[in-house]
Amino acid sequence: MADATGTVQQGEGGKRRDFLELVTWSTVAVGTAAMVWPLIHQMNPSADVLALASTEVDLSKIPEGSAIKVMWRGKPVFVRHRTAEEIAAAEAVPLAELRDPEPDSARVKKPEWLIMVGVCTHLGCIPLGTAAGEPKGEYGGWFCPCHGSHYDTSGRIRKGPAPTNLPVPPYTFLSDTLVRIG
Amino acid sequence: MASDVEPLVLKSPTLRWIEHRLPIIGFGYRHLVAYQTPRNLNYWWNFGSLAGICLMLQIVTGVVLAMHYTPHVAHAFDSVEHIMRDVNWGWLLRYAHANGASMFFLVVYIHIFRGLYYGSYKAPRELLWMLGVVILFLMMATAFMGYVLPWGQMSFWAATVITNLFSAIPLVGESIVTWLWGGFSVDNPTLQRFFSLHYLLPFVIVGVVFLHLVALHTHGSNNPVGIDLTKKDKIPFHPYYTVKDMFGLAVFLLVFAGFVFFAPNVLGHPDNYIPANPLVTPPHIVPEWYFLPFYAILRAITFDIFWIIPAKLGGVIAMFAAVGVLFFLPWLDTSKVRSARYRPIYRIFFWLLVVDCFILGYVGAHPPEGFLVTLGLIATIWYFAHFLIILPILGKLERPLPVPESLSTPVLGRGMAPAPAE
Ligand code: HEM
Ligand code: FES
Repeated sequence: MADATGTVQQGEGGKRRDFLELVTWSTVAVGTAAMVWPLIHQMNPSADVLALASTEVDLSKIPEGSAIKVMWRGKPVFVRHRTAEEIAAAEAVPLAELRDPEPDSARVKKPEWLIMVGVCTHLGCIPLGTAAGEPKGEYGGWFCPCHGSHYDTSGRIRKGPAPTNLPVPPYTFLSDTLVRIG
Repeated sequence: MASDVEPLVLKSPTLRWIEHRLPIIGFGYRHLVAYQTPRNLNYWWNFGSLAGICLMLQIVTGVVLAMHYTPHVAHAFDSVEHIMRDVNWGWLLRYAHANGASMFFLVVYIHIFRGLYYGSYKAPRELLWMLGVVILFLMMATAFMGYVLPWGQMSFWAATVITNLFSAIPLVGESIVTWLWGGFSVDNPTLQRFFSLHYLLPFVIVGVVFLHLVALHTHGSNNPVGIDLTKKDKIPFHPYYTVKDMFGLAVFLLVFAGFVFFAPNVLGHPDNYIPANPLVTPPHIVPEWYFLPFYAILRAITFDIFWIIPAKLGGVIAMFAAVGVLFFLPWLDTSKVRSARYRPIYRIFFWLLVVDCFILGYVGAHPPEGFLVTLGLIATIWYFAHFLIILPILGKLERPLPVPESLSTPVLGRGMAPAPAE
């Protein structure tokens, strides 16, 4: 407060100004953050992207021993009709051998149907092994050509630079031959 | 010497009127005409002005390409083909822009190695050097996002692999990648933001280049001898270096035109003429040549570092550190002598580093199999050892050759007359 008796009031006025300054800068900080957040958050998935419909897959068209790719949220999902040997092989692996230990039973709802997001957990390439004739890697599952990751018949990482297993998306069996992903 | 330049005298009253209110003519005169430049600069000093010209060419060709390009996943590829086939001179503009990016990196890499050889990063030019490293980072981001725009297979998979690098960051990695993508995979939102940023960043680069030049003109250019020069060893920028830069530009444009007209696709990858397909990864993904050494460093780390940094994160850190280490170079190099001319041992290590970068480039271009995995790791270790171990120690141990007092000293010492003044 500027007045003639400034010397008398200095101590108190100083405190009051400190307080006003603190309030001003706090308001500026909160206000700026409130302004910046929309600028950052606009880059996150928009409502229509989030609302992307789930995908339904007709399982009756996938013979045992083969697999297909379907699109879900812009990514491929592998749906594999596993043979009894493949299931047995996946179940027989001791967990201690795995980089990302997960029993096969935790990765499937029905052992013959393996459903996974088909995106390499290393840097996002699509591993080969779904279509007939593609290399399936050293563990009979998938092989990522980008930097050489091998996945087994449960989609678990066994060799190469990828850190984790192929992720399992949320899905429900609508009937014995129809599954909804998402 | 020709160092005493006449002060600017404006005869035209109109120009005087302007100069009095906006001293822009004097600014140009001081920095482009009268500016005092070492008289012994060799051709390696041409690459700075060439880099500036490359930036201008990219902006000019880019702005006109943007008049015909459509940043949408359904139209991007076709709009680039439309530029190539239907737009008047579109093929020339696109080839000039695509090859211009390669030329830009070529020029900037030479410019950087010039700095490494002659110690241009040492005091008092540390900030000048660091601004240069900032420019390099911005150029890499710009070129990466530009490469995504044509939306071919390489565009899509380069975008996927590079954005996925950020998923290596602990805890928040996945959220950052989703944020970068604007979805759950590289898709239309990604393409649109990359276009926006690809348009913006070159102008940010222009701003940083301006600061780079402010820093340069504060202490003037370094020179091949690496000593601080007195006035008698300097000459005005114009006409001496305007002419020399023009000559260099003409040679550069011949090389550039050679690529644009005779081999416009040799530096590119044929897979990028296949439209992007999110379901099929090309069997062999490689980045553009100017990223190959960094790609090799990324892939070299296939093991966990000290049990706490997983391999994937380690590779990402190493790749960014490969450029980042340059920020610290002014302090890592402990030698007081700037120019490698007077540092016989550093000179050897300099050339080993050049060879090392070529090896890394070779490794980055080939699938990581067998011997190449080991070679890539050795070359990566050497790269970092050069900056982090060799340079600090070498500066202390090496005995430099006698450094001349001024430019005329060594010449006189050999019994020759000093160079004529003009
Ligand atoms: C630092 C300067 C720049 C660099 C290094 C750069 C680099 C690149 C690269 C590597 C491509 C891909 C070329 C291809 O394979 O087709 C590209 C494409 C493109 N750039 Fe730039 N660019 C720069 C500045 C600009 C500017 C200022 C604009 C203005 C908007 C622009 C607009 C475009 C457009 C529209 C495309 C897509 C058309 C095409 O692919 O040819 N660029 N850029
Ligand atoms: S992306 Fe699959 S191994 Fe790198």
